[in-house]
Amino acid sequence: MNPKKILNANELSTILHRLSYQLIEDHNDFSNTVLIGIQPRGPILATRLLQLLNDNDNINLGFLDITFFRDDFRRNEKSLKASTTSLDFVIEGKTVILIDDVLFTGRSIRAALDAIQSYGRPKSIQLLTLIDRRFSRELPIQPDYCGIQVDSRLNEKVKVNWNENDGEDSVYLIKNK
Amino acid sequence: MSNLSVNHLLGIKYLNLNDLKLIFETSDHFKEVINRKIKKVPSLRDVTIANLFFENSTRTKISFELAQKRLSADVVNFSSNGSSVSKGETLIDTVNNILSMKVDMVVIRHPSPGASVFLSKNVDSCIINAGDGTHEHPTQALLDAYSLSERIGDLNGRKILIVGDILHSRVALSNIFTYQKLGAKVTVCGPKSLIPKHIESLGVTVETNFIKALNQCDAVNMLRIQNERMSETYFPSTREYVQQFGLNQQILDSLNKEIIIMHPGPINRGVEITSEVADSDQAIILDQVENGVAIRMAVMYLLASKLY
Repeated sequence: MNPKKILNANELSTILHRLSYQLIEDHNDFSNTVLIGIQPRGPILATRLLQLLNDNDNINLGFLDITFFRDDFRRNEKSLKASTTSLDFVIEGKTVILIDDVLFTGRSIRAALDAIQSYGRPKSIQLLTLIDRRFSRELPIQPDYCGIQVDSRLNEKVKVNWNENDGEDSVYLIKNK
Repeated sequence: MSNLSVNHLLGIKYLNLNDLKLIFETSDHFKEVINRKIKKVPSLRDVTIANLFFENSTRTKISFELAQKRLSADVVNFSSNGSSVSKGETLIDTVNNILSMKVDMVVIRHPSPGASVFLSKNVDSCIINAGDGTHEHPTQALLDAYSLSERIGDLNGRKILIVGDILHSRVALSNIFTYQKLGAKVTVCGPKSLIPKHIESLGVTVETNFIKALNQCDAVNMLRIQNERMSETYFPSTREYVQQFGLNQQILDSLNKEIIIMHPGPINRGVEITSEVADSDQAIILDQVENGVAIRMAVMYLLASKLY
């Protein structure tokens, strides 16, 4: 089966706008809220959202690497490769919005919840994902803000493409053999 | 490339350029981790590591232990003083006894060259060499090269000088292999009696004129005279050695450029290096110690992913 296109550039853009309005509605001027993109795929989505929120240029955006906190270390053939963490602000007492492109089993988010503890105690943590692959969760984790929900099988893969990296904005459902 | 080509770290000799780059890249991430407020990550929480030190050590032992604890590994320490080794137990027996208590990884320092290679062939565990006699000390060389490239960038084509007791130094041999794999040119300098015969066959240059050698290098690694490994006299007196090969501020000022000064520790202040030089801005001795933890975390992280 060919990859099935779930979202095209227009639809993706509409969803990003909606998510940014939802964020503004709940977080006003973001004086007590910080955005954190989860490496490696979250930072692009987080950066895009920040551009849409650009009326306010004092919003804090950081990137969090969760490699060393994952629970599948030594269960993979290859060693897990780390990405950069850059959090140059204080999260103590703030509302943290974790941002990732696809929510699947929930294990990355669990690792991110652990990793974020190393930087302090936030007031609360929320989760924003573009794609929610419902029915495939292995942990009790749900998004607070969600682009769309996708019903998919375990052997399928959801691939989010971004103009910056992949040349186009789109989301595909790919079936693995 | 995200896997090491080896299952043990026995010496730099067995690593390739990709391995070195992977270790340095991973160390960057761990350096960020150990500068956090909470310096601990849970990566190795199900790994048990035994530190077997059959020879004295402060820096290396503490550095390995800190690295292990920051990776959340379980650690057991062993030192030969007051152990069954003095009752006549062999190395393989000692290690196998420890391994049968379900230890996944062994860090070993031993006075005999080749001890870690020997162990890797005879016991079923991941072995990390923390110095074997006068042979190799791979993690020290890795952290030396890492610290140096932090200061002066890519080491390809750079000139590095190693001064002192080349004959008894495991750091020297590991340094030579590391720098050469990274494309740097290595010169060794010291009293003729402390330079191994045929060392040129490794591709290094031998220079007995200290000042001339210093003028041609970008960085210098000052080694300690390893009196504990000397059974005979190799030079007339310490005073004479200092006059010929001791690095002081006067010599540094007379050079035509600023060079980076490294020292693997422990320093004998006033012998190979004066206090003034050791504490100067050109010296990266404490950076080396800091980076040692990150390098060792990277090595153990990458090797642990190959367990089982």
